[in-house]
This record gives sequence, C-alpha cells and structure tokens, in this order.
Amino acid sequence: MNILVTQHCASPVAAAAAAGKRPLVRIVIVGHVDHGKSTLIGRLLHETGSLPDGKLESLKAVSARRGMPFEWSFLLDALQTERDQGITLDTSQIRFRTPSRDFVLIDAPGHAEFLRNMITGAAQADAALLIIDAAEGVRDQTRRHGYLLHLLGVRQVAVVINKMDRVSFDEQRFRDIEAEISTHLVNLGLNPIAVVPISARDGDGVARRSDRIAWYGGPTVVETLDSFMPGRQADELALRLPVQAVYKFDDRRIVAGRIETGGIAVGDEIVVMPSGKTARVRSIECWPVPALAPRAAFAGQSIGITLDSEIFLDRGDVVSTVAVRPKAAQHLRARVFWLHEEPLEVGANINVRIGTAETRGTIAAIEKAVDPGELSATEATAVAQNHVGEIDIVLSRPLAVDPYAVNARTGRIVLDMKGRISGGGLVLSLDPPPPVLAPASGAGGPRPPQGLALKSALSAQQRAARSGHAGAVVWLTGATGSGTSALARAIERRLFERGGAPIVLEGNALRSGLNADLGDTPAGHAETIRRIAETAAHLARSGFVVIVDVASPSAADRARARAIGGKGFYEVHADAAGEADATHPGDPAYEVPAAPDLGLDTKRHDLETNALQVEQLLETAGVIASGDRPAGGEFAI
Amino acid sequence: MDRLSELEAQSIFIFREGFARLRRLALLWSLGKDSNVMIWLARKAFFGRVPFPALHVDTGKKFPEMYAFRDRYALEWNLDLLVEPCPPIEAVDATLPPAARSAARKTEGLKLALAKYGFDGLFAGIRRDEEATRAKERVFSPRGIEGGWDVRDQPPEFWDHFNASPPPGAHLRIHPILHWTESDIWAYTRREGIPIIPLYLARDGKRYRSLGDADITFPVASQASTIDEIIVELDNTKVPERSGRAMDHESEDAFERLRVSGYL
Repeated sequence: MNILVTQHCASPVAAAAAAGKRPLVRIVIVGHVDHGKSTLIGRLLHETGSLPDGKLESLKAVSARRGMPFEWSFLLDALQTERDQGITLDTSQIRFRTPSRDFVLIDAPGHAEFLRNMITGAAQADAALLIIDAAEGVRDQTRRHGYLLHLLGVRQVAVVINKMDRVSFDEQRFRDIEAEISTHLVNLGLNPIAVVPISARDGDGVARRSDRIAWYGGPTVVETLDSFMPGRQADELALRLPVQAVYKFDDRRIVAGRIETGGIAVGDEIVVMPSGKTARVRSIECWPVPALAPRAAFAGQSIGITLDSEIFLDRGDVVSTVAVRPKAAQHLRARVFWLHEEPLEVGANINVRIGTAETRGTIAAIEKAVDPGELSATEATAVAQNHVGEIDIVLSRPLAVDPYAVNARTGRIVLDMKGRISGGGLVLSLDPPPPVLAPASGAGGPRPPQGLALKSALSAQQRAARSGHAGAVVWLTGATGSGTSALARAIERRLFERGGAPIVLEGNALRSGLNADLGDTPAGHAETIRRIAETAAHLARSGFVVIVDVASPSAADRARARAIGGKGFYEVHADAAGEADATHPGDPAYEVPAAPDLGLDTKRHDLETNALQVEQLLETAGVIASGDRPAGGEFAI
Repeated sequence: MDRLSELEAQSIFIFREGFARLRRLALLWSLGKDSNVMIWLARKAFFGRVPFPALHVDTGKKFPEMYAFRDRYALEWNLDLLVEPCPPIEAVDATLPPAARSAARKTEGLKLALAKYGFDGLFAGIRRDEEATRAKERVFSPRGIEGGWDVRDQPPEFWDHFNASPPPGAHLRIHPILHWTESDIWAYTRREGIPIIPLYLARDGKRYRSLGDADITFPVASQASTIDEIIVELDNTKVPERSGRAMDHESEDAFERLRVSGYL
C-alpha cells in the first residue's frame, strides 16, 4: 500500500523528521483476525488526510467493477494475492502524521498462521494498538498478541474496541471488554494508556468523538497516537557493543559493531566478554574523512574502533564497560515464543543467538509451556507452535549475556533451527554451567586429592574471578525430617543470586541413574556416598559450590566423604531436635556428627537464617570472596 | 541521533551482517540514486572499500549518461565491477505485457550471472516505500533456485536477527536500504555529497524520478533542477515514484509477476 500513500505523506514525514522537528513513532496494530485492523488503518489514513487524491474514488470503482461493496481495508490489500485470499498477509509499512507526531504504521496480520509475520512487525514497534471487536470480545488471538507485546518488549499499548456500531454503541458492553482486557494486560505488566470505543467503518472515535459515544470521555485514537513516545535511545545503560566483525583491510585492526546501549570514548578502558580481557580504546574510525573521526560514540551508532593492545576478540564477543559487564553464561533460563511447526522439546539441539553471538544449545528443561491465548493455561512439557515457554538452555560455550531486566536489548535471545529463525524471547536469569561440561582444574589450581594431574584450559583463579567463589563441597546431613532438601535449595538460591555457580547433588535424583545399580543395604549406602562424594569433589575442583543433599546417616560413610572431599569439604549438620520420631521403621539409625563444621537448629531458625549461616561459613572459610579478600585465597582441596 | 544517521547506522549494520554471514557476495549496481547510496553506505561500513564486486546487469539499453557514470565511478571508487549482459528479448516470457517483458530481460540476465558466479548473497537497493509489493520484503530475503520470491513463505525476522542460511543453490537478497524513503535517499545524497546522474535533475520542465531502460522509462514534469528542489518537490507531490516505469502500469499484477520470478 505504500504506493497509495507515501507520495503524499511519507516524504514530508521523512523531511520533517530528518530536520529533527517532529518525533517519529513506529506503531503496530495487532489483534484477532477480522477485528478490523485494516479498516482502522484505512480510516486513519483518510482521517489524517494521508490518501492521494482520487485514490478513494478509484478503489471504490475497482470494488464496483468486482461487484463488491467498498471496504476501507481495500486500501491495504494492494497485493492481488491478498485480495484473493481476503486476509492481510504480512507486515508492511505505512506512513502518516497526526498533529504532533509522524508515524510509521506497521501492519501485522491477525491470522494465527501468520504469527511469525505479526512478530516480525511488532518487534520493530515503539508502541502498539490492540484492536478488539466489540461484538466478539476478547479472543484467544487478542490475548496471544498481548502476551507477545510483553515478550517483544513493546511497553506502550492502547486498546481500541472496534465495531461499536454492531453493539449499538452500548456502554456496558464496552466496559465489560475494557475490564477483561485491562486485567489481562496488567497481569503481563502492560498498562494500557487508553481504551477507546470506535467504529472504524463509520469513523466514530477515530479522529473525533460522536454523539453515539457521548458517554465516553477519553481520547480518540488519533489523540492516543499523539501521546505515544518514540523508542528511547539507551544511552544511560552500561556500554554494550556486540562485535559484528574484526576487519583487517589494511594495517588497522578495526573492531566493528553497533552500540546497543551506553557510550564509548577514545581512551576508555573496556573489557571483552566472555573472555574478560581488557584494553583501552585507541581510536574511533571514520570514513570518508578520517580527520573528522569522533572522540566518542553512542547507542544506536554503527562504529569501528581500534584498541591499544592486540587482545584476541571475534564476532559474538561483547565490548563492555569494565565496571558493569555482562556475565559469561553457559546455562540460562529464558521465556520464549516458539514458531516452528515441530514442538520444542527437552533435549532438543538448537542454535542460540544472543546479540551477534551464536552457539549450539540444548534444552535442559521446559517449565510453564502454555498457549498464551487460552484463559486457563494448561502446562505442557513441550513448547508447541505459537506457544510460550520458560526454558533452560545449556550452551556449548559461554556467551556474554545480560538478563533482560538488566539490559532489555542484550537480554534478548533468538532460537533458530537449520538457519531459520524459530523462536525468541527474553533471558530471565543466568544459571551455573552444567556439571557434565566442567573440565577438571589444571596448573595453578587446587590440587586434586590423590595428586592426579588433571587437565583444564582454566585456572582456579580464572574461575573464581567469574563466579566470585572457589569450589567447595557443602555436605548437608541430618535425621529424616530435618529439612535438608529445603535448605539445599535455599543455599543454592542465595549463592546464585550473588552471581555464583552453585549446584545441588540430590540423592533421590541420582538414585535413578548414577546409583541405579546399588541396593538398599549398608554396602549399597556406602558406595552411594562414595560415588556422590567423588562427583562432588570433582565438581568442586572445577569451581562449583556443590551442595550435597543425600541421606548419610552413617558417621563412617561421612568420614570417607570428607576424606575424598579434602580441605574444601564442609559438613553442615541440620538438627531438628525432637523431629527424629519421623524416622521410618527399618531406616538405619542416624549417627549425629561429633564435630560438624556448622550445626544448624532447623527447628528454631527459619530457612533463610539457616542458609545465611552456611553462606557466612563459606565466607569465613575464604571460599566466597568478602570485603577486600579475593575468593579462594586460602582454599585448596 | 538524527533520522538520516539512524538510517545510516541501520544500513551499515545490515551490510556488516551480510558480509559476516555469506561467502560469495555482490552488490547489484543499477547506477540509480538508490544503488549509489548503497555503495556509499558499503564504503562507510567497510571504511572506504567495497569488499565484494559491484554487479551491473546490463540490458544495453540504459541512457548514455548512465554508462558514463558507471565507467567514471567504478574507477574513482575502486570498485570490482562486473558487467553481465542480458539475453535477447526473444528469450523472455512472451505472455508478459511488452514493457514488463522488456524489464524481465534484466531478471534473466541476473539468473545467468547467479549461475556463472555462484553468488549466495546479493545486496539490492530496493525500498519498502517505492512499490506495494516491496513493502512485504524482509531484510534478508531468501530466493529459490530460480531466483523467485514467495511472499507467503517468508521466515520471521526480528530484533535484527536475520535468516542467513539459503538452501543449496538458492541465494539471499539483502536489502540494506529497505527502510529508507525516496526523500531519505535525496536528503542523504545531499548531506554526503554523493554524485548523481544529471538525468534526475529537471531540464526543459522534465526530469527522471527513477532510471531504468531508456525505452521504457519516461520523465515526469518537474522544475526541480537541484537536489534541494527535488526534496521540496517530493514534499508536495502525489505522483508515485515509479509512475515513469511503464511495466508497473500495464496490469494490476504485472509487477508482482516480475517479482515472483526474481525481478528486484
């Protein structure tokens, strides 16, 4: 439809915007198919004087020739294929202006099978109009689109309730829908700036109020559009410059990329993540006149820099401020929408893109897989097409990542299968790397107990610098009912929240795999403890804080575990005095430790207090960095 | 950042993504205002050089001024220029209307060039605003073996993550200035001092808004004899940019048929 409208309005829009006089806002209109998006757009173009002379007349003539009544949506159906099919296929871009704003209007199809096109459109938008048919009310696709606006990070949303003429401009009907959709959006963290009753076909509420909606005191659609703000530049956040390439066309080594957030200046010290190497900015390169090279650059600019030292960096690395750097993460949790026909399942191997970085990833877990369109979401174990899921992904190598809440631009994740983009969403949190991928420590790191020379690319200091702690084994022990499981998770959460790499080894979970061959006998129990202790010690040597939650009633078994664990082994006794009655008949008697590293009264103190005490134990022992003392200074297993 | 700088930054980002992701690239240089802006942007993205060939698919029927421009600036800008001739008109689908058939020669010439060089990516200077079907385009737009475009089956593209793995034998069209308007092109040409073919400026009350083959491209009435005057003129016109392109107007679907078979 650009041919229909741009010659009249796009050029002045661009010219005025180029002069910096008027804000340019990219908006998207979303909602259920047939709720009237195309009609509203046609009407908006007409009401804002954006149609070329004679266009309306010629379209009306075409309609008459085809024997169809004229529809406003014909303005958008410029493609013959669309007219034949009767639905809008794809995102396309239309320009128009209101009294104080210039708009690029991105149309996005409401038809479910074109969700990928709706996302393509909506992801570019600064603001959105969600359209609802007053006669049909809130539909699954309405809710789904609302959810996607949340996932895509579109924060400015207004609702238009269309086809009020079909419900006789009934205020109560309007109020009911207004309440329903507002609740849905607010639950997603989206506060609609207006809910406007309109008839796009007749024009009520679009550019002016009418007697038929006299009961409505709020803004018209055009007034609502006028209050949308352009997407803001993210200068105030910390520097994030994802590297697109390193060019060596001549004797310069130019690091090229677009600044996503923050700013950079010649002389700044920067850190390259995930490697953690630092350098200073020597120059910001410029063509065609190198002499005019700027001394500083800001969010949104595509730049090239040179550095003062020859550190290795490549596409996918992130140039960052030293003080506030992204994490090097190999395991992350994300909330994603999924567009591929085949459901996303646990164990799936996919390509993960974050910024300009790309690596293989495995889906380790799926939680909360739902159809965002349904009212009562039923949870599933796979993410079906057009559904949303919270997923844990293990990456084949660490990438520089920010959680979405920290940086909305670099906290985005895109998933592709065989080069075709299949999903995307927000990085919710960064978890510890998975045990299976952790190599043992090497030279300079802590010595393994039996003096074996284990090979690793990383030193203990490198690992500690990232996680903020050295490796350790926290062995929880207590009688049945003493609350070790809840305690293990609370400690895990605390360490994770301070940026660490905790991992829980849970006896029941390991019984089905690692220890499946062991019987319920004293010998079986002893071997269970030995295997878990070996596993824990191995992980601790690789920098994890391993929290062991396994029934270990025998003092002798625990002593053997301590011998395996070595110096970084901490026995924590959870003592719920008086609760020992809960012991099942036939269970081996619990042997209370004589000299635990820490004794907790889990009956008297609450969970957080107990977890805090464990954290303090690790600080005192020098496992966790505290104050000016680096992690692991005194530590060796 | 002002609007032109924003457009420029986005285009440079796209050029660099294309260059990072594909191996055998070329830039389609039609010699028109849009592809000259593209070359300029590529030189900005890569700090003065265009690190892939500039491909001119030559119908042999361009205006003499266009050939003079090509030969001068290919040298001056140090371009790796490839000129590929088009097959004769007899080789082209005879069911197309005459002007569209003539334009389709370029599509055939492009297919021959694709087969000859095995490009997996072509930078093309189309814009969403210039023609209705182009509004549907993606930035990285996969083309089948025959170079065709399927509007119904386009992969999603969001947050500047592009689909960059064409199936074997297919290629990607990469559109660095898809988000620009005609007015943006002129404002940027003026700001950067990019040379243009003088046919765009009015002489004797006429000028060309869009340059194609000499026999199927017609000037529009205009008094705009400088770029500044063109920008003012565009502010006020309601005439579509491609109104001087005969093949756009022969039937409702002629342009779309051209596109489906691989026309830009």
